[in-house]
Amino acid sequence: MLNTTLKALVWMIVLLLSAPVFSNSPEEGENVDVTEMIMHHIKDAHEWHILSYPGENDVKQHVSVPLPIILIDNGIQVFSSKRLYHEKEAIEIVTIDGGKDHYVANEELGYGMFHEKIYKLNAAGLLDFDSEGNVTNEKPYDFSITKNVFTLFFSALVLFLLLKAAVKSYKSDGLHPPRGIARFIEPIVIFVRDDIAKANIGETKYKKFMPYLLTAFFFIWINNMLGLIPIFPGGANLTGNISFTLTLAVLTMLVTVFSGNKNYWIHIFKTPGVPIALLPIMIPIELIGIITKPFALMIRLFANITAGHIIILSLTGIIFTFGSAAWSGLSIPMSLFLLILKLLVAFLQAFIFTMLSALFIGQAVAEEH
Amino acid sequence: MTGLAAIGAGIAVLGAALGIGKIGSSAMDAMARQPEAASKIQTGMIISAALIEGAALFGIVVALLQG
Repeated sequence: MLNTTLKALVWMIVLLLSAPVFSNSPEEGENVDVTEMIMHHIKDAHEWHILSYPGENDVKQHVSVPLPIILIDNGIQVFSSKRLYHEKEAIEIVTIDGGKDHYVANEELGYGMFHEKIYKLNAAGLLDFDSEGNVTNEKPYDFSITKNVFTLFFSALVLFLLLKAAVKSYKSDGLHPPRGIARFIEPIVIFVRDDIAKANIGETKYKKFMPYLLTAFFFIWINNMLGLIPIFPGGANLTGNISFTLTLAVLTMLVTVFSGNKNYWIHIFKTPGVPIALLPIMIPIELIGIITKPFALMIRLFANITAGHIIILSLTGIIFTFGSAAWSGLSIPMSLFLLILKLLVAFLQAFIFTMLSALFIGQAVAEEH
Repeated sequence: MTGLAAIGAGIAVLGAALGIGKIGSSAMDAMARQPEAASKIQTGMIISAALIEGAALFGIVVALLQG
């Protein structure tokens, strides 16, 4: 039989993991659109919504962290997202396929928001929709601190503090076994150095690229893990945001291209062993290959993490689709199993990204053989 | 036709499952033949599985965009 501590731990995890269930409680008899809830949780948002509950007079009360909205529109405008979300009533519209939708508009500020995108209001204080249901108003440049940007700063801060604390114990003489948090960090750093950097880049040249590989590994891992925590400050789907993975992939591409030595470029423009007649075909293919490899990195990370989030949210949404709490007996254990699997996926995707980056860098700096 | 998008995603997952199944089975055979190399084989298996999953997720992303 499991001993008591283990049983208590399992129960705690099960109860904790039912938190996502409560973060979106509907009123009695209201039909919850599970698809919309899932999409809302995956996408970025201008405020951090923690929970809603039916307050007095049946009005839904929201508990959320309002994030600043920063717009560049002939000068910088900064205001709290509370002014867009909660000051005025939402304006109802009918979409082209007959469904109901809504947007918020604030005439004093002159901006309105539809599906988390900010537009400038027209003279009547409304948004214009064209025949396909898209908004045709002008958009100011949106540099807001959204959920994902906040998570980015937060995880960068956490990472910085963690690694700074780990480095401190090496400062004095470094000739002792690691103390404190370094005891957790050092095996991971050595793992990245030996199994990823040295194995792919080679003994002599790996040192230059270690900072980038370590950063990519820890940053992706921490952001994946933060995405699994259901409550503030975790739970924003940063690694599932394709702009984020695009940036990481572009960085890998830049590091690869700018550290390519002569052999690398000869390999691209004059692949050895290929007859001259085939070169006009090979060169474009190789050039496109420089781009497709980081592209695959981007899609892999984005799709893995987003798919995991969608699955977890769908399983939690089973309870709402059937409308009775009895289905939680099926949904909670399955969610638990998948969340544990996602812990593995979080580490694995960080490892794969770093390993493939090291592989591409190794190809770029390889010596002739 | 959002139903077709779901069928496309299903076929992509089918391909991934077949591929990873084959990797897993040959990894098991190799580990049974030479238990000393088990950890190296396991590392290679995980890497190949992640790469195949990446390819399958291409298909799923296209299906999600469509439907």
